[in-house]
Amino acid sequence: MTFNRMLSGDLPRNRILTALLIAIVAGLALAPFLFPGAKALNVAAKICIFIVLVASFDLLLGYTGIVSFAHTMFFGIGAYGVAIALTRLGPSWAAVGAGIAAALALSFGLSFLIGLFSLRVKAIFYAMITLAVASAFQTFASQLSEITGGEDGLNFKVPEMLTPGFSLAEQPFLGVSLDGKLISYYLLFAVTVALFLLMLRIVNSPFGRVLQAIRENDFRAEALGYRTVVYRTFSNVLSAGFATLAGALLALWLRYNGPDTSLSFEIMIDILLMVVIGGMGTMYGAVLGATLFIVAQNYLQDLMKFASDAAAGIPLLPDLVHPDRWLLWLGILFILSVYRFPTGIVGKLRARK
Amino acid sequence: MNVSAATAPDLDALPTVKLDRLPLLLVPALALVALPLIGSPSTWVTLTVAGLAMGMIIFIIASGLTLVFGLMDVLNFGHGVFITLGAYLAVSALGAMTGWTASESLFLNLLAVLPAMLLAMAVAGGVGFAFERVIIRPVYGQHLKQIMITMGGMIVGEELIKVIWGPQTIPLPLPAAFRGSLLLGEAAVEKYRLIAVVIGFCVFAAMFWALSRTKVGLLIRAGVQDREMVESLGYRIRKLFVGVFVAGSALAGLGGVMWGLYQQNVTPQMGAQVNVLIFIVIIIGGLGSVGGCFIGALLVGLLANYTGFLAPKVALFSNILLMVLILLWRPQGIYPVAKR
Amino acid sequence: MSEPLLRLEGVHTHIGAYHILHGVDLEVARGELTVLLGRNGAGKTTTLRSIMGLWRAAPGRVWFDGEDIAARATPEIAQRGIAYVPENMGIFADLTVRENMILAARGARRAEDIDSGRLDWIFGLFPAIKRFWQHPAGLLSGGQKQMLAVARAIVEPRKLLLVDEPSKGLAPAIIQNMIAAFRELKQTETTILLVEQNFNFARQLGDRVAVMDDGRIVHAGAMAELADDESLQQRLLGLSLAAHQ
Repeated sequence: MTFNRMLSGDLPRNRILTALLIAIVAGLALAPFLFPGAKALNVAAKICIFIVLVASFDLLLGYTGIVSFAHTMFFGIGAYGVAIALTRLGPSWAAVGAGIAAALALSFGLSFLIGLFSLRVKAIFYAMITLAVASAFQTFASQLSEITGGEDGLNFKVPEMLTPGFSLAEQPFLGVSLDGKLISYYLLFAVTVALFLLMLRIVNSPFGRVLQAIRENDFRAEALGYRTVVYRTFSNVLSAGFATLAGALLALWLRYNGPDTSLSFEIMIDILLMVVIGGMGTMYGAVLGATLFIVAQNYLQDLMKFASDAAAGIPLLPDLVHPDRWLLWLGILFILSVYRFPTGIVGKLRARK
Repeated sequence: MNVSAATAPDLDALPTVKLDRLPLLLVPALALVALPLIGSPSTWVTLTVAGLAMGMIIFIIASGLTLVFGLMDVLNFGHGVFITLGAYLAVSALGAMTGWTASESLFLNLLAVLPAMLLAMAVAGGVGFAFERVIIRPVYGQHLKQIMITMGGMIVGEELIKVIWGPQTIPLPLPAAFRGSLLLGEAAVEKYRLIAVVIGFCVFAAMFWALSRTKVGLLIRAGVQDREMVESLGYRIRKLFVGVFVAGSALAGLGGVMWGLYQQNVTPQMGAQVNVLIFIVIIIGGLGSVGGCFIGALLVGLLANYTGFLAPKVALFSNILLMVLILLWRPQGIYPVAKR
Repeated sequence: MSEPLLRLEGVHTHIGAYHILHGVDLEVARGELTVLLGRNGAGKTTTLRSIMGLWRAAPGRVWFDGEDIAARATPEIAQRGIAYVPENMGIFADLTVRENMILAARGARRAEDIDSGRLDWIFGLFPAIKRFWQHPAGLLSGGQKQMLAVARAIVEPRKLLLVDEPSKGLAPAIIQNMIAAFRELKQTETTILLVEQNFNFARQLGDRVAVMDDGRIVHAGAMAELADDESLQQRLLGLSLAAHQ
């Protein structure tokens, strides 16, 4: 199978971009070996999960032109699905399967309803309504403490093969012990790659092209005979499904889930930032955006702490560069992105010839 | 020159002026429905006043937002930042006047609170002016970008507030004479809530007067319906818009002060939290309609308090349910604005 | 012969990807009523909107009273003394007739500020305005709304009136009213550019006529000349006067 077919004909189309993508994929593929330590592996895992999550959001925003603030809700449903199943049914693969199935069912149902509702309302309404619904869901989840563990969340055991205690071989391989954590990571990585390629396939299919036509000019699409409502709803449902799967992956990795881990508004903002900075409507933008953002989130803060300490004594400056305020700078970068490079990094790269 | 003869058939029938009164009944209807559910009349009175107070504050905050949207088709997802700003300014301002706020004298308390409110309104209005120029003006007509950029503006605003005041929750105690309750028969009604209702009503009355009796108000009402025609009549609607935006931001600042006092503390996220309620309110009311916003705000305030007492877990859901029901009844909101 | 009040010079207008006006040259003489005729989609409304600045005329020039207004903003164009009665009338339905009129009288804060002599004249032309003074304009019939739209345009003296299809969708009796009202208007030496599809209506009012097709002016001259020449009418408008009674 050639690269072209694997990527569904959607090539990066730019040398620098290709180089970056290869670097990222290689880095993620070999993370346990290249970047030793628990923190680095965590960062890599998070990048994988967010690649899927942000790509699914790009499907909705970049390709269909719909702004929805309910995306984290589906992320949370996936995470809670697995969490609750593993808590209730014990650490088995069957439980994982059951949890994912239930979560997908709920997500499909909800996203279908929300999608239908977009019949009656304009884009702005829709954005506001999804904001309200997501907010309500978050409150709801933290209040149903018997089921969801409330504010504290749920700690649970995962199937034996994924636990750190499990070991595949006595001797470490290339300095890395072959334990459950490693297996977890490669499961995550494999699923990420598969889902991402699937999404590429979807956006490059006839269905994907109609979505883009609708995004550009829905009147015209409707006039050409495409029932825009049907397509939009479908896009909604697909996007929600992928987000749910990303959530399931998150739960499996962390072996914990709580309202702040997956449902918080901060995560929604993060996704928005990632997709805009990376590049909307490109899919690869999700890869770049997620990587950039999460690496910055974890390592930039160290840099900022250094700067903050160094600036101690000057009024206001230490607070401005305080590591906790990193969102301020990313927010500014986000605003600049929307103005100056609305096509994100990917778009900027592709535009240079 | 006799033109009337030929038009006689038209002139005979005076058009009936139907005032759409039905939605006005929604608020008392909700209150009446809640009475048997709550049981005790005194509790009902307490909750109703609390609900009206909350509704008034929400109205103050949301009214600017709905006009801005109706007038220029701009939705400011960052409206919450003015609320937070107003509240924090109140903390600083009242903090500097503890002598007056600690006093039992209502007069001295007012002497402290009023300047705090004015300060919040002035600063919020000023920030609003900058916000419109820097953040919103470049993206007129592009809804997608507006949503994202105003959201970005709110994030940056929130972080800047954390830089200036710190990220923790800060208490905002009520001035001494505002605390406590009055007894109406058997019902205990909090003093501050009554004050909020009065202030809210004054703001509503002032807005109503401005919109229906002044030329500027006339321009706003016309502009909400047909912006192009107003420009064709020779008015620079852009300037009008900036004015409405600044006024809306100032009102949000005032609302922030009142909300902060209502909760008796301020957090950097309070704006974002109230944002959701505000959006529900303006959708219910109809984007661009101040009257609809008023009714929507009261409904939401009442509902939040009634469900908070009866079934706390479904409080936020109940507001969404209300929104869905209203949209099913009137898809454009209670008082849709007749566009073109 | 004095300088025309309005002169379009090689005006092109693009709306998005569509090139609607292809170099329009048009003159409107002072104190006269010029009719702009043409089929649906010929570009007549686009021409008016371009003059009004609602759509950008580029390249090309729009000379009004000696000044090029092509790049100006709509409010400024209106303030120079041009009144616009759009095809959809632009009535503010939720406002009362009175409020609509106050808005149109830029100098007025309240109804009392409007020149009462002028108002009486308007009431004489359009009695419906007086009758429904306090009622929401949205409740008026189509014909009455059209009258309100014209009344708004003349509540204060203006140099130029741009009127877009005032007879559209109106009953014949109402159309007669309109014609009578415009005749009175003409006596006040107001310059009018009238877009019409109804040739009979146009013929009774127009001093000069310009015919548009596919975004260009294909004929310009005196109305009398066109009215008398049936073969010319057939060629330009694809109909004869008799058929359109």
